Parts: sequence; structure tokens; C-alpha cells
Amino acid sequence: MGLLYSTLKYLAVTLWSVFVIAPFLWAISTSFKDFQSVTNGATYIPWVDFEPTLEGWRALWKSPAQGGVAIVEPFFNSVFVTAAGSAISIVLGTLAAYALSRFTFKAGPIRNGDITFFFISQRIMPPVVLAIPFFIMLGKFSLLDTLMGLILVYIVLLMPIAVWIMVDFFNKVPREIDETALIDGCNPYQAFYKVVLPNSIPGIVVAGMFCMIFGWTDFFFSFILTFTEVQLLPVAIVALNSSITPWWSLSAAALVSVAPLVFVAFIVERFLSKGNLSGALK
Amino acid sequence: MSLIASKLCLKPDTEYHLNDVCFEMSKGEIYTIIGRTLAGKTTLLKTIAGLIAPESGSLTLDGADFGRIPVWKREVAMVYQQFINYPHLSVYENVAFPLKQRRMPKVEIRNRVMRALSQVGLDGFENRKIQALSGGQQQRVALARSLVKEANIVLLDEPLVNLDYKLREQLREEFRNLFSAKASENSILIYSSTDPVEAMQLGGQILVMDEGRILQQASAKEVYENPNSTKVSQITNDPAMNLFEGTVADGKVILSAEIHFELPQHCQALPQGSYIFGLRAAAISLADGGFPFTVELSEISGSETFLHLKHEHVQMVGLLDSVQNFNIGETVSAQFDTAHLYAFATDGRLKSSPYGGLK
Repeated sequence: MGLLYSTLKYLAVTLWSVFVIAPFLWAISTSFKDFQSVTNGATYIPWVDFEPTLEGWRALWKSPAQGGVAIVEPFFNSVFVTAAGSAISIVLGTLAAYALSRFTFKAGPIRNGDITFFFISQRIMPPVVLAIPFFIMLGKFSLLDTLMGLILVYIVLLMPIAVWIMVDFFNKVPREIDETALIDGCNPYQAFYKVVLPNSIPGIVVAGMFCMIFGWTDFFFSFILTFTEVQLLPVAIVALNSSITPWWSLSAAALVSVAPLVFVAFIVERFLSKGNLSGALK
Repeated sequence: MSLIASKLCLKPDTEYHLNDVCFEMSKGEIYTIIGRTLAGKTTLLKTIAGLIAPESGSLTLDGADFGRIPVWKREVAMVYQQFINYPHLSVYENVAFPLKQRRMPKVEIRNRVMRALSQVGLDGFENRKIQALSGGQQQRVALARSLVKEANIVLLDEPLVNLDYKLREQLREEFRNLFSAKASENSILIYSSTDPVEAMQLGGQILVMDEGRILQQASAKEVYENPNSTKVSQITNDPAMNLFEGTVADGKVILSAEIHFELPQHCQALPQGSYIFGLRAAAISLADGGFPFTVELSEISGSETFLHLKHEHVQMVGLLDSVQNFNIGETVSAQFDTAHLYAFATDGRLKSSPYGGLK
């Protein structure tokens, strides 16, 4: 029974690993192929099935006029918009969450829980509901097809995530810690940034990670709200899928687009392994 | 230095958290606020600290309006029942935190921190992380932080309640020594507790609280000997004082048809009528020739036995200073030490005490 269970367990884990890793291996393999290798049937192992080439990777740095796919600018646009949107969302979201966690707001029938739900409700609605209002508003302020316009939209989309995670986090931090800081001579602002904030880093890291993932992987709004001046990476990658798809460059671009998230996950994983995200408060 | 509260009231919802609270506290004294859970003890301490603003009433320190001073400018220190420290700082940094806020010279900070850590028995723990300490050690860090400030008012909100029994006993003793030394200097020490034994052991002045109101303020001895009401007698005794409804008639105390006895000497002045009589558990013993009671429950606690007894409508708890086994439903003969009988009016006010006579 034990052996059977163990065998089934390892079989299941192996199948799942293959299911997750295989697309990556396929993309890595394809990114080192050329036109011939891609069109000559299924080949997988470099130097055995096909002769690897850097053609797909080189194309990423070349302009379309030079036969490239021009994803450098979209890549940095995505980095800038995601980083700025996430950073501003985290700052504003953390402050809002602290206020919602620590102070009581009353306005008619509206209470703290209602305000928190209002933030979260931005994420409950299908994105298409927000698309037209965003389009009209950005158009009015001449922010369509601009990085600034996208950052503003991303703040609206990402801040609810930050507020949601941070309210929950602050609710778990005893109020007595803030009170002790006040008693020990901190004014309310000092109590926040000298005591509450340093103890909230685990929550901020998690909220930041989620903001970056949602921001980086957004396709819908970057597609709707940009045209020719500004292009983000997901839109640029999809644009490669034309009548003659350069699968080798498309695979390389896909790997490049995944790299920042893998890097962030690697950093957060190290943070987790140090034990900094758990047991901070007794 | 004196801290005077006058008619402090706070009623955030349907119930009073502070109800007409008045007291006067002086430098060099230990004050223990005793009351049941939700009596208003923590609210009162937080009000003194400035964390809660009362809706009405005043708080003055040496005649100056203390209530108008923001919490971070008040010279107060506070230890909570939870082990509240700054998790991101080391033990040394935790204790030094209030002094750094005051921008004290580094040498002075170091001297004070090391002295405070030594006082609470944490020499050599300076560089430890808070999470690496046990509950008792964490509470000692919190205590050191309250000592290091040398604040005018030190507030201790049930600081031992979350510790295990042995550690509580040990720290209680250490607290008393620390506070005695501290109180002799220039601080007002206010300690809140639900435990009557703890309150009596700490000595000093006791404030008995219930439903946001201070029922009695007096020395520990006075509160023990002359609780001014049935509520105070319940709150300041563990187990709670036994209370019996009865009458005084023809020089006798009558609790039921079968339970009646001669009016003790100190109650002779009581006029005939209905009363609530009080008797501590220790004033009840088992001996032949007493009143017949049925054993409802027998609890062994250390070297003592708590015996829950009932006769008709008369229910009481007796404290026997030995370990004895009883069967539930067994009939025993219980005697009352009537020399320690209290008499309260039917509205709860103390009428006669074995220590103070007629009130």
C-alpha cells in the first residue's frame, strides 16, 4: 500500500512537472532554431535534432527595418509602467490600508468595510466594463497612447490588490504596537514609519509581487489604450503573430517576458527562506 | 506629584466604559486597579496614557491639565498583557527606543539600557532578536523599556496574565521588588489585575472597578477588611465571598429554617431586618455539630480543597486547608466562623464588618 501510494505520488508529481516545464523547454528549444529547423517537422534536442542558432535572439535587438522584431522598447516600456504603477500603488495602497485598519470612518451608512470593498470591487468587475470609461477619460486628458496614461490606469487596477493585502496584514498587527510607539515618544507619523512600516515589509513584498505580476501580464488595457506611440511587451509579442510567424523570435521574446517575473519570484523566495515573512509579530 | 481624575466619562456605545471615575494618586505609591474582565481597567489606563480621550471629566497632573497633552509628549510608560515589543529591533534597540526618541546622548542611552536590562535579569541578551526570546523574557524586555524611561507614570496592564503559573509567581515577586524601589523614587505606578491575590500581594492602594465605575479606593488592608459593598467583596476575594440572604431577628442571624446562629459581637448594633451576609470561604470549616450541607463539587487545588456546598437555597464555597476527597451528594457538617461575618444592606452597602464594626 505504502509503495503503491509512493509510486502514484511520484508519478503525479512527475507528470505535473512535465506539464509545467515542457512549454518552457519547448520555448527555449525553439528560440535557438531557424526557419529551416522550425518548418522541417518536430525537432527538440539541439546539436542532435537541429543545429542551434542565435538568430531568434539577435532579432530581438534589431529594428523591423533590419529584419528584427523590436521588442526592446516595448520591454522597457513594460518595465517602466509596471514598476511605476506598482510602486505608486504600493505607497498609496499601504497608506490607505493603514488608515482603513486603524481608524474608524463613518459617512452615512458607509463604514470601513464598505470602503475596503469599494477598492476590491474595481477588480471584481470585468475589465471591459472599465475600458470605455478609461478610454474616454484618457482621451479627454490627452493621455491616450502615453506611458503616463497607462501608469494611471495601472494604479487604478493595482491599488485594490495592495489595499486588500495590506488591510488584512495591518489587521493582524496588534494595535498595541502602534500605541507603544506613541507612548515611547513617536508622533503618529513616526509611529507609522519607524515601527509599523518596518514590521510590514513582508506584507509589502507580497503585495508588490502581486502588483508586478498583474501589471506585467496585463494585455487588455495596454492593447486598448495604446496605438502607435507606445507599445507594451505583451502587445508587441502578440503583434509578432502574423502571416509568417517567426516562432524562434516569438519564443525568445516570450522567454524575455517571463524573465522579470522569474527574477522577482527568485528574490521573494529568498526573502521567504530567510523567515522574514513569517512570525514577525508574536 | 499627584494625578487627579475628576468625573471621567466614556460611553462610546450603549455601555459606560468609564462612568464618573474620580481618584487621586500620589508619587511614590503603587496603585492596583482590580476588576473583572471588561470592568474598564484597560480603558482607564489608556485614558491616563492619552490613547483614549474621555468624553467628559478632567485629568490633572500637579494641577496642570494632563488631558490636553498628546500621548507622545506625556511622561508615561506602559506594559501590556500581550508581549508587545518591536519585532524588527534587537533587545537593546527595543529598550533604547524611547530614549532615542528623546535624542539622549549615546553614552547615557547605553548606561540606562544596560542598567534596565540588568534590573530585569536580561544581562547578555542585548543582541538577541525578540522572536528568539520566551514569553517571560519578552515581557521582561517590555518592562525594561518602561523602566528605562524613568517616566512620571508607569502603567502595567495585567502584565503577568499571559504567563504560565510558575513564571507568574516568579515575576510577580520581581515586579514587587522593582516597583517598590521605583515607587520610592518619583513615579506613580498603576497596575491592573483581575487577580485579588496579586492585588493584595502588591500592597499599596487598591481601586476596585466594575462597569466603568470605581467602587472603592483604599489601602489593600482596608479593602480586604472592609469591602464597602457586596460587589467589592466579590471582586476582591478568590474564591468570591459567600453571600447569603437572611434576616436579623431576636439576636439571631437566620439564613433558612435550619441555618441560624447567634448574632456575633461585632454585629450586635444591627437593627432587625433583612440583610445580605458575607463569609469568606476560609471562614467555613467542617466539624461535628455544624449545619448539614450537601457536597455539590469538590476541587483540589495544590494543598487546599474547595468544597461547593448547598442546603436548600443556601449555597457556598468552603476552603479546607488540606487535600480531602468527598463524594458528590455526600452530606457534611459545616460550621461558620461567625466572628468573620460581614453584613451588607439589601442594596449591597456594607453595614457591619468584623474589622470595622458598624458602618
